[in-house]
Amino acid sequence: MNGAFRPLDVEAIRGDFPILKQEINPPLIYLDSAASSQKPNRVIDVLSDYYRTYNANIHRGIYRISEKATEQYEEARKKIARFINSPRACQIIFTRNTTESINLVANSWGNANLRAGDEILISVMEHHSNLVPWQLLAQRTGAKLRYIEVTDEGLLHLEELDRLLTERTKLVAVTHVSNVLGTVNPVQSITAAAHAVGAKVIIDAAQSAPHLPVDVQAIDCDFFAFSGHKMCGPTGIGVLFGKLDLLEEMPPFLGGGSMIRTVQREHSTYADLPQKFEAGTPSIAQTIGLGAAVDYLNDVGLDAIHPHEQELLEYAHQKLSEIEGITIYGPKPRHKVGAVTFNLDRIHAHDVAGILDQDGVAIRAGHHCTQPLMQKFGVIATARASFYLYNKLEEVDSLYEGLLKAQKILIRRRG
Amino acid sequence: MNIYEEDILDHYENPSNYGTLENPDISYEEDNPLCGDKIQMDLTVKDGVIVDVGWRGHGCTISQAAASMLTERIKGQCLEDIKKLSKDDQLDMLGIPLGPVRLKCGLLALKVLKAGAYGLKGWPGEEDER
Repeated sequence: MNGAFRPLDVEAIRGDFPILKQEINPPLIYLDSAASSQKPNRVIDVLSDYYRTYNANIHRGIYRISEKATEQYEEARKKIARFINSPRACQIIFTRNTTESINLVANSWGNANLRAGDEILISVMEHHSNLVPWQLLAQRTGAKLRYIEVTDEGLLHLEELDRLLTERTKLVAVTHVSNVLGTVNPVQSITAAAHAVGAKVIIDAAQSAPHLPVDVQAIDCDFFAFSGHKMCGPTGIGVLFGKLDLLEEMPPFLGGGSMIRTVQREHSTYADLPQKFEAGTPSIAQTIGLGAAVDYLNDVGLDAIHPHEQELLEYAHQKLSEIEGITIYGPKPRHKVGAVTFNLDRIHAHDVAGILDQDGVAIRAGHHCTQPLMQKFGVIATARASFYLYNKLEEVDSLYEGLLKAQKILIRRRG
Repeated sequence: MNIYEEDILDHYENPSNYGTLENPDISYEEDNPLCGDKIQMDLTVKDGVIVDVGWRGHGCTISQAAASMLTERIKGQCLEDIKKLSKDDQLDMLGIPLGPVRLKCGLLALKVLKAGAYGLKGWPGEEDER
């Protein structure tokens, strides 16, 4: 996000991703970045460089390569802090993924702060990762789970927010961007409304951090969770941002090495942030790799990536709407990012994906870990095509052709 | 090889033994949590022989064609004999290679049959995987 707007050179971008340059037949048309993005050379090279030249455990090694690994690991923390505008680097806690970040908050902050009769407010469009941890917390504490409904258009029913938010509400857990509908939720105003009744707010940013410039101070959320692998980084590295005072007063989540100050036979004292929440050897290579991914996204510029993705989304909506018997779920492109989710009448989403795969087109089919949302729309499964910086308009054409082919194969005799 | 073979599509479009039975001796239903495909199977058993079978469900072509083929195979057979039906038997009926995800689609009907008839709850073929 440095400097003025530059239009995206998609062919140059594609050259950065070796998986897209493979000589395979049919060529890979990757439309599943919402599940996991591809990785640029810079990230792959950083992983390889760590393992080949300075592989060592971090923090207490008094030798050169351990010190280099520690420096690179902590440098990644600073890069990620700047990327989301965290006031301090120690507010960035490294986890395994978004799911673990949310579970950390549910177990540490949740167990310490929730009581019977309290309420946790989530939405019907949450991924299971921002739903099941709160169900478990509610079962442990006797707190009650309440839901913000989703409109037929695929937006949050925010008119209900005033009624749902009461002095009983202790936490609001909501996604920034829906992994199915692509809906961008107004997390800043939701946070303000939640704070007005004294509730804390956690944002699931798994689908927003890869696509939108985010500023945790502007949103003013209390916690913010995302994964490296959806934003050009490796798997096995996730991030939790938290407000300093909350993180400081929260008890540890996992116990073990690195998270302690002193250990006696009967009790221990704990390390300062962020180590208090990073027990055990972390994902060192993956963390350094995520730092490289953030560098890459900064150099390309989210201000250039976002308009490119919007163009893909607009075009996909326009092309797919031409298909007879298609249902597209979710709002118009201007209200969303990243994904277009649909069903073809009388064809199971798995078969849609299976036929597209024959021509090298990779999409996702199923419930997308959002069963309550599927129930709201009265479907068991949907097909989802999702886009990222390396996708091009011709790939939307291939998707369109593949869907016509699926209809031809599977509805041929039933007319 | 194309997994959308004529044979599969024929079974999908015109499934054999589709429907429920009145007063079945065995009735069992299960879904595949990965994709929500669902199959219910009803069996009428006389003197240890499956004299009638019906099934209902929803899902992709593979899961539905597999149920159609499997029920064709087991009708008239001894309940004891079909205990031996394996993952490979079902895959032979389908006659197409399946990747790890679609494998579950292809084996759902056999899983339902084995759970209903013998209380075997696991996925066929995974009993002694290690």
